[in-house]
Amino acid sequence: MRALLFISIVVLAAAAPTFSQTIAITGGKIYPVSGAPLTNGTVLIKDGMIVAVGSQVNVPAGAQRIDARGKIVTPGLINSVTELGVIEIDQVRNTNDVSAKGNNNIAAAFRVWDGLNAGSALFAPTRNEGITTVVVVPEGGLVSGQAAAIDLVNGHSTDMVRRPAVAMVAQMDNANGAGTSARGELIGKLRTLLDDVILFRSSRGEYERGALRTLSASRTDLEALIPVVDGKLLLLIEANRMDEIDAALELAHDYHLKLGITGAAEAWLCADRLAAAHVPVLTGAMSNIPESFATLNQRQENAALLRKAGVQVVIVATGGSDVTRYNARNIKYEAGNAVAYGMSYDDALRAVTLGPAELFGLSDRIGSLQSGREANVVIWSGDPFEFSTQAEHVFIRGREVKEPSRQDLLIERYKPKTQR
Amino acid sequence: MNSMIRVAAVFCLLLAFATQLVSQQPTPSPTPQASPTPAPSPGLGGTSLPNADPFPSTYKPFSRRTTVIRNATIMTAAGPTIARGSVLLRDGKIVAVGTNVSAPADALVIDGTGKYVTPGIIDVHSHIGVYPAPEVDANSDGNELTNPVTANVWAEHSVWLQDPQIPRALAGGLTTMQVLPGSGNLIGGRSVVVKLVPSRTVQGMKFPGAKYGLKMACGENPKRVYQTRGPSTRMGNVAGYRAAWIQAESYRRKWDTWNATHKGDPPARDLGLETLAEVLRGNILVHNHCYRADEMAQMIDIAKEFGYSIRAFHHSVEAYKIADLLKANNIGAAEWADWGGFKMEANDAVKANLAITEAFGARAMIHSDSALGAQRLNQEVAKAMYAGRANGIMITEDQAIRWLTINPAWALGLDDRVGSIEVGKNADVVLWSGNPFSIYSKAERVWIDGAMLYDRNDPNERWRTDFELGVVKEVN
Repeated sequence: MRALLFISIVVLAAAAPTFSQTIAITGGKIYPVSGAPLTNGTVLIKDGMIVAVGSQVNVPAGAQRIDARGKIVTPGLINSVTELGVIEIDQVRNTNDVSAKGNNNIAAAFRVWDGLNAGSALFAPTRNEGITTVVVVPEGGLVSGQAAAIDLVNGHSTDMVRRPAVAMVAQMDNANGAGTSARGELIGKLRTLLDDVILFRSSRGEYERGALRTLSASRTDLEALIPVVDGKLLLLIEANRMDEIDAALELAHDYHLKLGITGAAEAWLCADRLAAAHVPVLTGAMSNIPESFATLNQRQENAALLRKAGVQVVIVATGGSDVTRYNARNIKYEAGNAVAYGMSYDDALRAVTLGPAELFGLSDRIGSLQSGREANVVIWSGDPFEFSTQAEHVFIRGREVKEPSRQDLLIERYKPKTQR
Repeated sequence: MNSMIRVAAVFCLLLAFATQLVSQQPTPSPTPQASPTPAPSPGLGGTSLPNADPFPSTYKPFSRRTTVIRNATIMTAAGPTIARGSVLLRDGKIVAVGTNVSAPADALVIDGTGKYVTPGIIDVHSHIGVYPAPEVDANSDGNELTNPVTANVWAEHSVWLQDPQIPRALAGGLTTMQVLPGSGNLIGGRSVVVKLVPSRTVQGMKFPGAKYGLKMACGENPKRVYQTRGPSTRMGNVAGYRAAWIQAESYRRKWDTWNATHKGDPPARDLGLETLAEVLRGNILVHNHCYRADEMAQMIDIAKEFGYSIRAFHHSVEAYKIADLLKANNIGAAEWADWGGFKMEANDAVKANLAITEAFGARAMIHSDSALGAQRLNQEVAKAMYAGRANGIMITEDQAIRWLTINPAWALGLDDRVGSIEVGKNADVVLWSGNPFSIYSKAERVWIDGAMLYDRNDPNERWRTDFELGVVKEVN
């Protein structure tokens, strides 16, 4: 009963309008990520925005002060590859909205966020552990669809979507899934598709009059791919084996694509080429198992070796279970393991904050602690990558979020009432 | 220079195998080993069998020398952590531990300053070997999905010794694991308990004298696999277990009578019922995959109906709802730290599961069910320990280390031999670069029966399976 009372108070407090408040987080060690760490600094938040960060910040009278002495303050973490809100329970089919049927294994027009379940029970545990933005990524086929950036605010899906279409997603590592029988055939199909998009772009009149030859994708899919061949929309290609990554690089070169590599199991073997082509890689540091013949050389040092070669690295989850859903919160442990396997601490922190914000074109709004950015801010009890650390305060767009998750409520209900 | 090192590494590997090969010959080996092997217990395979142990362990310890680790923080899993302690390994056993340990002059001295020592980690739930990497149909041998009850199959006959997941698990500090059949069947078959050592035969990895386990599974998996032929419901599952035990009771009676009298022809052998009869005799330990609290409670009643014990529930994501019941029935709970949500029966998973299980006094332990998880069970336990603390359940490191070591050892019936750093125990020991509950710590060296099987800082000590040679790049 006491527990219930406590929880309802917390819920009421969270629902109270804190948005217009001025909040000063004082005394903490601040990692702005966009600049050097500050000891004993202040982060000033007003109307949902960061208005000042520094060691000499004047705190206006009436501001709500949060004492962060002995704590660490970082930007909210970003998990760049998730299925949050589009898979609730993996094995319950009706809660799965992550893979489109498409036409001929092409689903470029598929906007995964159109099916976002804002009531998902998985958002609260994720944000309560310091993740404030996630990218929801469609899967399957040759072209899977469009990925969206979502802020983990409480509300309707329209409130949550930070930016629809932060990337187009394609698969190069599964010939069967692409409706082909061989890698070479898959690559040929992708080239044909891009050729057709270019033709479609320049021949709209003929297309509308029915004077154009048959194209390899539907109108809506062709249309959705125009920003990709314009080089404006990031194309994320899942590629694992060394030659798959090479093929993706060649494609990007030939078609002037803005490319990013996911999966990337053997990317460290292509580190110099990736660096030279300025192609970023989304990878992690927790898998070293040759789980298929396309990932024989997967290793935990992947992220560190790529970084060392000058590749832009964004850390995504590769180890553990349900890392794109129930445990999307564990992205911080992937970063910690990256440090254990050779990445510098600053690089690892950047790879889960400003790095992904830059990759997805969001760095003018989130990913760092500086004046003019939205206040996605976390106060940690210690090193954010350590198991012993708790996210003590989480702000998203300037509001503190702290309503208990479904998991918290279950624990409250069943934990022993008298502690030993 | 680099290639020289590689050649040396390969040579070392061959030497290691050659030593194994020679030590398995009847003639004395060039490096004679003391036999650490207790005689297999007579009940190992089944008293109803003409041959109780048809696939006996041929494990022999690897070459070892007397070793003392000095000035380390020692988490013993048997008592309080020892600061600035030493542990002496000799002839495959732990012969001294404490702050005042004297070592013979010829002992290898390892400076443990700033480092931690723990018992070797034990994983009670692995499919390494039976679901090896790479994942290919040709080697996918973990679930005999031809009948809902396949008590007749033995996991050891499916283990692929070239699985690259084996040396990777060793590098995470794992020294013993139980390889189980999958959970597609109500009764999936026998498990095998192995040491994480290179071997040309599965018999060469088998933990001498370890009891077999029987894999049983509740819930969604069997009813999904058999939905067209049955069982297709949870009530069908329960009817299936009970039907199997009814047969097993009758079989056991016939054989026990014949064993006592030796009158007439022996009853016909049935491999499946032989295994189940051994469970009823207490010679095989039941490891029951079961997520939901209500199903665990029903499995406990079934065990009582037929007079067997459940040694541990595995996965048990809802153990926290019935931890008192588990304690009252002396059943272990082998859990993940934070897996959940992947199916309906995993929907109520909470990170405080291990902590709440422990707080009620039940026997909690970590398990992996994953070749990735098996490499960092220390990290899994760290998550679970701190999740307990965050919810007001003060789990100490001395409690948490037991989730990794002595509690799983108990679940395998091996807690008299492994799972703690105590004098007389097998010298299965891990030296960590720092506190094993920190994300930045790694297993640096791993000893099994006093032989150093892994050294992170020495590429020559890295073991690569045959499969990896020439196709998975060697890296330093």
